[in-house]
Order: sequence, then structure tokens, then C-alpha cells
Amino acid sequence: MASLIACPHCGPRPKEEFTVRGDAGITRPAPDAGEDAWYAYVYLRDNPRGRHREHWHHTSGCRRWLVVERDTMTHTIYTVADASAEGETA
Amino acid sequence: MTSYRLSKGGRIDRAKPLDFSFDGKPMQGFAGDTLASALLANGRQLVGRSFKYHRPRGILTAGAAEPNALVTIGEGGRTEANTRATLVELYSGLTAKSQNRWPSVDFDLGAVNSLLSPFLSAGFYYKTFMWPAAFWEKVYEPIIRKAAGLGRATYQPDPDSYEKCWAHCDLLVIGAGPSGLAAALTAGRAGARVILADEGFEPGGSLLSETAPVVGKSAGDLLAQTLAELSDMPNVRIFSRTTVFGWYDGNVFGAVESVQKNTATVNPNRPVERIWRIAAKQAILASGAEERPLVFGGNDIPGVMMAGAMRSYLNRQAVAPGKSTIIFTNDASGYATAADLEAAGLDVAVIIDSRPDAARTWSGKARILPGAVVVDANGGRHVKGVTILNNGRPETISADALGMSGGWSPIIHLACHRGAKPAWSDAKAAFLAPEIQEGLTMAGAAAGIGSIDACLADGAEKAASALQAFGYSNVIAAFATAKDTATVSKPLWRIHGSKGKAFVDYQNDVHLKDLGLAVSEGYGHVELAKRYTTNGMATDQGKLSNINAIGILAEARKVSPADVGTTTFRPFYTPLSFGALTGASKGKHFQPVRKSPLHDWAKKNGAVFVETGLWYRSSWFPKTGETTWRESVDREVLNVRKNAGICDVSTLGKIEIFGKDAAEFLNRIYCNAFLKLPVGKARYGLMLREDGMIYDDGTTSRLGETHFFMTTTTAYAAGVMNHLEFCAQALWPDLDVQFASSTDQWAQIAVAGPKSRVILQTLVDEDISDAAFPFLGAKEVSLCGGKLTGRLFRISFSGELAYELAVPAGYGEAIADAIIEAGAPHGICPYGVEALGVMRIEKGHVTHSEINGTVIPSDLGFAKMVSAAKPDFIGKAMLSREGLVADDRLSLVGVKPLDPATTFKTGSHILSDGAVPSLENDQGYVSSSCYSPNLGSTIGLALVKHGPKRHGEHVTVWNDLKNEYTKAVLCSPVFFDPENGKLHG
Ligand SMILES: [Zn+2]
Repeated sequence: MASLIACPHCGPRPKEEFTVRGDAGITRPAPDAGEDAWYAYVYLRDNPRGRHREHWHHTSGCRRWLVVERDTMTHTIYTVADASAEGETA
Repeated sequence: MTSYRLSKGGRIDRAKPLDFSFDGKPMQGFAGDTLASALLANGRQLVGRSFKYHRPRGILTAGAAEPNALVTIGEGGRTEANTRATLVELYSGLTAKSQNRWPSVDFDLGAVNSLLSPFLSAGFYYKTFMWPAAFWEKVYEPIIRKAAGLGRATYQPDPDSYEKCWAHCDLLVIGAGPSGLAAALTAGRAGARVILADEGFEPGGSLLSETAPVVGKSAGDLLAQTLAELSDMPNVRIFSRTTVFGWYDGNVFGAVESVQKNTATVNPNRPVERIWRIAAKQAILASGAEERPLVFGGNDIPGVMMAGAMRSYLNRQAVAPGKSTIIFTNDASGYATAADLEAAGLDVAVIIDSRPDAARTWSGKARILPGAVVVDANGGRHVKGVTILNNGRPETISADALGMSGGWSPIIHLACHRGAKPAWSDAKAAFLAPEIQEGLTMAGAAAGIGSIDACLADGAEKAASALQAFGYSNVIAAFATAKDTATVSKPLWRIHGSKGKAFVDYQNDVHLKDLGLAVSEGYGHVELAKRYTTNGMATDQGKLSNINAIGILAEARKVSPADVGTTTFRPFYTPLSFGALTGASKGKHFQPVRKSPLHDWAKKNGAVFVETGLWYRSSWFPKTGETTWRESVDREVLNVRKNAGICDVSTLGKIEIFGKDAAEFLNRIYCNAFLKLPVGKARYGLMLREDGMIYDDGTTSRLGETHFFMTTTTAYAAGVMNHLEFCAQALWPDLDVQFASSTDQWAQIAVAGPKSRVILQTLVDEDISDAAFPFLGAKEVSLCGGKLTGRLFRISFSGELAYELAVPAGYGEAIADAIIEAGAPHGICPYGVEALGVMRIEKGHVTHSEINGTVIPSDLGFAKMVSAAKPDFIGKAMLSREGLVADDRLSLVGVKPLDPATTFKTGSHILSDGAVPSLENDQGYVSSSCYSPNLGSTIGLALVKHGPKRHGEHVTVWNDLKNEYTKAVLCSPVFFDPENGKLHG
């Protein structure tokens, strides 16, 4: 993982300040979406080689949840956005 | 004759003699010596025994690649094994010891291994010691480990301190040789923030030992002028004694600085080593090149040395390698050494040059043998001469030193840490890293350039273009363009016809025949050969040996080195001490300690503390005369149930929740309803994970229409906060809700027992009678006649009439004192988490012993809490899964021994009465247990199949660890006051 993550609120900060949660590409299904949709949401994750969007928490910083798009092979970070703003930009 | 110090010359300070010892023998060197140069100056060339064959070994190089001269430095807790003598700056009082020898380095019994060498060839681990299998662990491995090896670590604690720091710069220059200095000077003059890092104690690299003029000046003058100018620049920092060991993502470099490794009198207020993480916009790798050994028989005999190292010791520290030196070279640099030796008045016996068309420009005294090779060096513990093949004719020549040069390999290690593959260049006869990568540019000898003038020009040019790339205009290169005048020879990978062992990897004792064996046995791939022979796997990571090994493999396979390729370069470039990696994170600083605002209050009341995570919680409060913890805990429990008790619950997580959608948010977070919780009321809440399992529990109170106060368990305080933030920010950003952790802001005190109300009423200004403040009341209260505002909650974990009072942290101790004082006439006592645990088990209240990640609300009797009316909450959708509605789920039940004199332990399994222990017969397990002084027996909570339907059933509680079987009966989990009469009292 990249040594520095550019938090949109705090600027470039060392990765130790952040906590990764995982795939940001999944969307919480509606309550009645059915077993398959919920099973996929709770348990199934892609593990791509290359570009991947993930939720990262700036735990020891501004405490905002971020969506970080990075390359899982080269560790290059492409974009960092606040998770709440994701809906608008994605 | 051996090596010795010349009476004049060098960069050492003869006015500053330094006393040190080697293997107990006192010696003397000078300021400016390395340990290696001082040993050589004292005639000590044999400094260690080799790893496998225990061969005598001497100092081979003058730098980081040293494979032989590994010594143990220091005493006691400061013992540092496997230290390269070539990098140790000599200091007064230094003690060094040789390694891997017994009884002494001069007479080593382990050398018998040499006789066993037929059995110790490549792959011997895999072949020789295969059968019988049991022999490996018991016989072979201990013997091998004893016979082979390096230095021994100490068992004593390291008394010194270490630290870690960040540094930031525009340009990081790695290596302060000619190209690094030129780069730093160029960037420094342009005003860029520059860090110039070099592993040596004196910057300069090859300029330190160069005798020929450089850009028309003496190398020493050029170096002095450049350093003077750099030192005057406020934007340039020179990190000496600093090895950049890794290149990481985000263009962050790891470096280790030796701060006090050059003194025997360590200042305890400063670290001995410092790890730097350097965030650089751009870096220039000017790490230079490594001279290659030549692979002939006996090339490891003490007295055989790299020609460049010989030159460095001669010119920097005025050390003569011997009385008469033979140079064996495949390259022009052997001649530079020969010339300097002769200039110092030393005898060069002969220059053996493997190139038939060698050295027409030599003007020295020594004779040259073109087209000749050294087949074997002769000697035991010291070189006595060589056997050569001069155009097919064998010949022996005597000498007491042998300098060898097989050409130069650029040091590209760092440039390949992030995945770049080195490419073989026929023109340079070397593996080169990509010249320019994002963030890192190769310069000088590391980029394959040979002559110093060209290195200076290249460093300056590379810095100029790097700076221009990020916005510096008009950067002027500090040195003019210069043509590389160095010539590149065809590599000589190995000498044919040697009688003795020709070493490739000195440190791991891998010799020529091992590599041949690897190829013939099918392990010719570079990665396979590495593992089969262990070439390049020692602590030097093959700095000297890898390129030769590749060349030898290529020759054996009849392909180009390009086809063989390299093994993977990984951090660290050189070994790091564990101390440096640990930094300040040791002892008390290993992890932070969290103390409740009532810690000192508990301490003065005699608390025994227990670590729970980072917290120190008061466990019990022994009274004079009590000899066991149980005595204290039993008394505390009985007293709370009879009179009253006070307990510190400040460690519970506390979260302030604000916003007009706060109620709606909590309604989605908890499985039970929160939308209509009235202001002034607390409610027990169950928080699920999305998979339906219970995540955490606690009470949440509504202090205002848009203000809630949540408590979490101590252990999950941070996790719940993260969870709430994720849900609010990522799942439902449309909700207006905000959080602030206030765990450390409040001292929270539980006051429990039948007399708790009368005691608290003396402090609380408002009426707290049952009518005015009933069970689950929650409100802000005025305390002590309006002096203080706190929060009062009528909640109970003990099952007693009980309150929790929160006051700003700084007032905690005073309020607790006041409660004790007010409660004294009523018999109040402080109680700890042990008594709290007993009382909650007596009441069947669950904690994370039961909420263990496998239980859903109905497992714990909370089925009715799960709202059917709410359209959605975290965990709702998955709660209806088949497995989670099955009726044989492990469910909460009480358990107690039939005979109160018997007991059982938490973790024991429940078996049907008379059933034998087996997986099929397993009915569940005891999740919590304690001795209940109120019931006079052990009691437990258990998770058991069909638990609630089996009250009254006799079972066996089985503890396989102790082979204990206890007859017991299942019962309601509420052992005490099931009608909750006391709670509502
Ligand atoms: Zn931030």
C-alpha cells in the first residue's frame, strides 16, 4: 500500500493513520432484496489485480470514511474521495 | 609479512589515537579508521571463520558488501553480532570479537568441516539428511546449527534507545560520491530542499581514495570545496552514517542513521540509531558500483582482497596490504591500485591481466602478464603466493597480498525495490536498472558510468532535469558535460582449472562446483540455483556474489546473462538492527496505558488493577486481613447486595450523538426500537452485525430531542465508533447525525445497592425518589448545591437499585470521595470488576463472554427485542437465514453443580447426563462462571442446544484439560432475585 494517502480533508498523511475496510464497489441492498443479494453483499468480494476502489477510514485523522481507488499490484493511488460524496462523483 | 600502517599519508588523524580490542587483544588505531582498516593496520587479516567450512577469512572489501569480516561488537546488552567491520567507525574503547570459531579464530576445530565438504555440497540439506525423518530434528539440525553459523545474539536487554522520524525534501540524493555530490550541489544552488544521505562517516565516496586529478583539481580539494559549499546551504541537509535501505510507495524512502554507534560512552538522552522515513518528491540514486571478485581457487584466503578496497585502505587510512602485492585484474582499476601502491613505495610483484591485449598505457615498475590468469592462490591462514597460467604455462609467484578486480557492477538494489526488472547491457557488461522511473533517477556509476568526471557531469545533469520536471526553471548543472573515458572489459566469470575451492558466495560458502552441480541437476534457473546452493541468501544478500553467479550459470547453460536474469531485489539493502525497527515501541512504550479518571481514587482505596486491553481497571479492593482475592470479592458482592457499593465504570465507551436524524439513525443501528425513546430515558440496545450476529450492547439515553448519549462495552468502544461513522458517512450520508467520542471526558461511577438512593440523594440536588426518577431515568442533574452538573442514569448491571453518575473527568475523584463519605454511615464499599462480574452472572446479564460473535438476539433470550415493525436495521435481512432460525441453536441457560461443594470452569462442555464426550454428544459450553456468595456455590451461564427448554435437566460439565466431570443441573440464567424486586426497590 502506498506510504501516503492524500486525504481530501487533511492532505497527504502516512498510511498508518488509516484503516482499510475493503471493497467500496458494493452497495447495501434494500431490506427486501432477497437472500442472494444479501449473501453477495455480506460475503462475496472481488480480489482484483489492478484498479480497486476501497473504503478507508482516516481513523487517526479527521475520522472520515474515504473511497480510495488504488492499484492492488503497483500500489498507485488514483483517487481519494469522501465516502459521502461518492454518490455524486461515481 | 602482513598488512601494516605506513608512516605517513591517508586521511586519518594521527594526533587522535584510539584504543580498541579484538578478541581481547589491545590494539590501536586512529580517528578516521574503520574497524577493518584498524585491524589491517595492526596486521590482523584473519578475522573470521566461514559459515560452512570454517575456512579462515580476511577482510575482502572496504564497504557495505563485506561478506567475511563479520564481527561481534560491544559487551552485555550492547552486544551486536554480525557487524561488518568495514562499516564500523573506530572509536576509543571499542571491543570486537571474531565469530564462528572455537576455541579461537586462529585454531578452529570446526575447520574439520572442510574435510566433510563432499557431503556439504549444493542441495546437501535436501539429500544427505533426509532419512530417517526423526533424525532431522534430533540429530542433524542441532549438529549443523552448532557447526555452521554466525554470531550469537545476547539475551540481555538493550540499554539504548532508538527513534523514528519523518523527513521531507524536494530531492533526495542517495550516496555522496562524485555523482551524488554533483546532484546535491546542483539542486542546492537552485534552492531546492535537498537531503544528501551517505552510509559512510565521511562523505565523498570514491573521491576519498582517488589520487588522479578530477576535473583538473585534486580529488581531495574538490571534495572539500563541495562539502563546504553544501554545508553553508540552509536548504541542504547532509545525513552521514545514514544508509537508505528501501524505496517504498509514494516515493517514501527508509533510511537508518547511526547516531551514537561510534562511541563507547553513549549519551542516554539520545538515540543510538534513528530510522528515517524520507518523503521525497524526487530521488537520485548515486549508490556507485561494486567491484566483482574473480572466481579462482583459494580466492578467499586472508590477504586476497578487492583491488579497489586495497586502494581505499591505502589512500584513506595509509594501510599497506603487505610487503609485496600481486594484482589480478580483468579491468583498468587493477592498474590504479598498482600505481598507488608503487607511489607509496610498495612493491607490486606482478600485474596478471586476463585480457590478452592488456594495458599498453602502464608506466609503472611492475611487470605485466597479459592473457594470464591466477588459477589458485596458495596459503593457509594467509596468502603466500599464486599459481598462474601464463599462456598455458603454469608458474608460481610469491607475494603476501593479492588484489583482484573483475570489473564493476552498478549498485541498483534500491531501484528495483518496487518491481522494476534489471536489464543486461552488453555494452556495459552489467545489469542496469531503468535509468528513469517515476520518482527515481539513476546517476553516475550506479547508471553504469565509469570515469569520475563523467559521474560528476551525470549527477549534475540528472539533478537539473529532475528539478526542471517539477517546476524549477534555470537550474544550472554544477559540472560541465564530460565524456566517459572508462573502458568496459568482457567479464571473466570464472577461472578454469583451479585445484582449490573457488568461492562465489563467500558468506554462504558457495563455490564454483556448487553452481555447476545446480545446473547439472536441473536447478539452473536463477531462482532455483539460489535456493539449491544458497548463493546470495546470506546476510549480505549476494552483493558480491550474485552477478558472478549469474555469469557462471549463463556460461554453464551457454546463454547470455540476459537470459538468466536476476533474482528479486527486496528491502532492506543492508541488515537493520531490531532495535532500530522497534524504535521507541518497547517496554512501557510498547503500547499506551489508559487510566480511568478514577485511577488515583481507586489506588488510594487499595485497588488491585487488571489490564483489560489498554485500560487498567480496578479488580477488587482488599481489606486488611483478607488473604485471597475471593475473600475480597465475596465481601464486596455481599455488601453491595446488603448495603451499597461504588464502582468505577469510566472505561465504558461513551459517544455523544447529535443531529435531527439521530433517533432515526439509532433506530437503524440497533435491532430494537429507538425512534420513540422519550427524552430523559435510557434504553438497553442491541447492535447487530450485518450478518445478524450481535456486535455490541449498551445503554443509550436521550438527553434531548436531538442529543443521545450512547455507552458501549469497554472492549468495543473504538470499533462501535468506527461502525457508527461508517454507517453515517458511507451508508446513509443523507441523515443529519454527528458523533463525538467522550469516553475520556466523563468519569462514570456506578452506585449500587439498597442504600444507593439515600446516599446519592445527599449529593444530587434534584429529587431522585422512585416516583421522580424511576428505573431507566436519564437526565442532567445539579450536584452539591449547584456546584457541578453531571448526568445521572438509573440503570443497573448488578440487579440492585442502582445509578450511574457521570461527571466531568476532572471532578471524578472528588465526587467519588464525596460518595464514599456520604455512604460511610450506610456501609458503602468500593467494588471492582470481579464483584461486578459475579453480580451480573447472578442476574444472568450477558457480556462479550456470551456475545462472542456466534450469537443472535434470540440465542440470549432477546428475541422480543428484535423489532418486527422496523423496515430496516443493520443485521435485519440476514437474521431470517435458515441456520439462524434453527431451533437447536445454542441458547443461554444457567448451570449449577448438583453438589454445591463441587465446581466447574468456564469453557467446559455440557454433555447430556451419562453421555461420553464426543463431538456428537456435545450440547454446548459454559461461557461464564463464578462462585456466588449469595447462592453458596459455583454458578455459570452456558450456551446449550435447546437451552431454555431444558431447565431442570441433569447434565455433565466436562473439562477435558483437567479430565473433570461435574454433575450439574441446567436452570434459568437468572439466579438471583428473578422478580427484579431489588432493581425497582
Ligand atoms: Zn482526513
